[in-house]
Amino acid sequence: MADDKIHIVTEAATRILADLADPQTINRADNDAWKEPLWQALSAAGLPLAWVPERLGGSGGTLTDGFAILSVAGRFALAAPLAETLAAGWLLARGDLTAPPTRMTLAPVRPRDRIVIDADGKLNGHATGVPFARESEHIAVLATDGKQQHIALVETVQCRLGESRNLAGDPANVVTFERVRPLRSAPAPRGFDQTSLMLMGSIVRSVETAGAMETILSLSVAYANERVAFERRIGKFQAVQQNLARLAGETAAAVAIAGSAVDAAAQTEIFDEGMFLEAASAKIRTAEAAAEGAAIAHQVFGAIGFTQEHILHRFTLRLLSWRDDFGSESYWAAELGKLVARRGADDFWPLVASR
Amino acid sequence: MTVDLHFDPIRLPPECAKLREEVRAFLTEEIAAGTFDPHRPDDGEGYNRAFSRRVGAKGWIGMTWPKRYGGHDRSQLERYVVTEEFRVANAPSHLHFVADRQSGPVLLKYAPEHIKQDILPRICRGELCFAIGMSEPGSGSDLFAAKTKAAKIDGGWRINGSKIWTTSAQVADYMLALFRTSPPSKDNRRHGLTQFLVNMKTPGITVNPIYQMTGKAGFNEVVFEDAFVPDDHVLGEIDGASKQATSELAYERSGPERFLDTFYVLLELIRVAGPEPDLRCAEGLGRLVAQLHTLRRMSVSVAGMLQAGQEPVVEGSIVKDLGTVWEQKLPGRVRDLAAFLESEIVNRATLEDQLAYATTIAPKLTIQGGTTEILRGIIARGMGLR
Repeated sequence: MADDKIHIVTEAATRILADLADPQTINRADNDAWKEPLWQALSAAGLPLAWVPERLGGSGGTLTDGFAILSVAGRFALAAPLAETLAAGWLLARGDLTAPPTRMTLAPVRPRDRIVIDADGKLNGHATGVPFARESEHIAVLATDGKQQHIALVETVQCRLGESRNLAGDPANVVTFERVRPLRSAPAPRGFDQTSLMLMGSIVRSVETAGAMETILSLSVAYANERVAFERRIGKFQAVQQNLARLAGETAAAVAIAGSAVDAAAQTEIFDEGMFLEAASAKIRTAEAAAEGAAIAHQVFGAIGFTQEHILHRFTLRLLSWRDDFGSESYWAAELGKLVARRGADDFWPLVASR
Repeated sequence: MTVDLHFDPIRLPPECAKLREEVRAFLTEEIAAGTFDPHRPDDGEGYNRAFSRRVGAKGWIGMTWPKRYGGHDRSQLERYVVTEEFRVANAPSHLHFVADRQSGPVLLKYAPEHIKQDILPRICRGELCFAIGMSEPGSGSDLFAAKTKAAKIDGGWRINGSKIWTTSAQVADYMLALFRTSPPSKDNRRHGLTQFLVNMKTPGITVNPIYQMTGKAGFNEVVFEDAFVPDDHVLGEIDGASKQATSELAYERSGPERFLDTFYVLLELIRVAGPEPDLRCAEGLGRLVAQLHTLRRMSVSVAGMLQAGQEPVVEGSIVKDLGTVWEQKLPGRVRDLAAFLESEIVNRATLEDQLAYATTIAPKLTIQGGTTEILRGIIARGMGLR
């Protein structure tokens, strides 16, 4: 039953993205005209607000439904704020806040950025690398008053935005809040803090990464089976086969650990040490897989894969960019290492085996 | 084409938690009784008949096999728990492990009924050690180049030739071996090999130890000179062993023993680093933990597929490729991370000893049971590249 529903969600997302966000077509497009019809179709299918209950304006999907959508988004290396809107909706729902039917993003997305809510309920501070802030009408914000966490919804126009973009050219803006009054806000649930948000964001990026890895593996294998050099298909050369097997291994690792983290998140709302292990490991290992995998895929494609014209960069550059969002692999590795050290050697294996 | 890799997020079912506690309690008692030292890696590579019998008495050998053959009708996932706890504790399971992992399942599938009745219960009681006779001088990774000959004679087969790099042959009671019963055919070089069950006490078998770079005799040359193997010891189809190999490989390649062989150095690093390691050590440690957790989740997933009756050959090969490369690099990573720790020399003594051991055995990890290159060839084939 649950599997059937996931299948339907996956099919719906795949159909829309294949029709309106085909990587080949978009790569040739010289403007962003494709983005509007795409967003209309995604919204009509209820995909961007899958993590918002119906009573709060969403389509009331499960956590697993949303991750199935993100897996598809990853497979297309989607250059639109679908993941960000999903995650923003999820954050708003933690605060029992109604979600607007618009493109959204969320802040902060870096572990050390802090946004503060003052006694008047206004927001101050800045968040770096906020994905698609420039293409979003609203931002879901997690802010602290020094004691308690708050969740707030603000209009993007109330904030000052930087111009930066990520490696793939998607907006990744510095967002500055100067006495910004939210449209609405509410206290975060007990125990929910910025680490919880970073862990959830990490799973989001891990799932997209696994999806994009699946695509670069398929593209690379197909190309190796087609491209002829030295009078043989290059996939017949053992050196190339060994590289592709490594790419398969990295892809498998990404798929497995992202799937494990999704499963863990679907079982519990509590971000305990087990959940920390799952989500942090997912971010660390998928980021490592992204770096290894992108390099191998480019090696398989050679010069053509290094061109603007070829779609490979749409995947590899996003794979590399996503590593930086919601805590890099270095950040989470240090945090996970500290956690393991604090628990001590005798409690290490029991933690691993408990998953 | 789309390459489809399946790693469903299988979780160990609740009955595994109770089993795990039983296993840990048993191992704690054995450690207390001095059976083995969890900090001494060479203990984990030992053969201990008395210990293996106690493991058998617990019902932890042949767990997944039918009760009528002395097994316990338990799941692959329960077996997984026992295997990983034994590895992590560094318990000596060499005597029974190969029989439990791969020889028993082959016998279950291909041996005649009376052989199964005779041998499988003894494996389950921890009484029998098995060796695997595949490699020969001149045919290692290239399994199908095997030349050791089984000639048909009255009532059985006469074996001549030799096997090499055979682990456990010096203590093994039986060997599962591939012998040539016919020449390869023109269109199929895999044709002509047959799988046999060989009693190691058979006259005409000589076991010569081969000393490894560790200084120990870890494997052997096994010479067959007119050794007689009876007809009922043929396993499966005559000349058709190559078709029987794939399921065995899925069992052999994806278990926790494929990434936990040097686990002790990671554990000892955590001990030596203490509760507040420097940032460099913490970051490196965190990566290793994430990589280990990922490997284990992949390996559990394959165990789940085996339990569901699938033959995840590509997925199993991927786990072994990633797992063995990881466990091979682990001593080097741990050495790097320990370099600037300000621990006392006495605190480090165990780690230094373990690193010396792990560094020395590391080269074999990506060779035994299918080299990295062979595994990657299998993965490439699975993706339609060859």
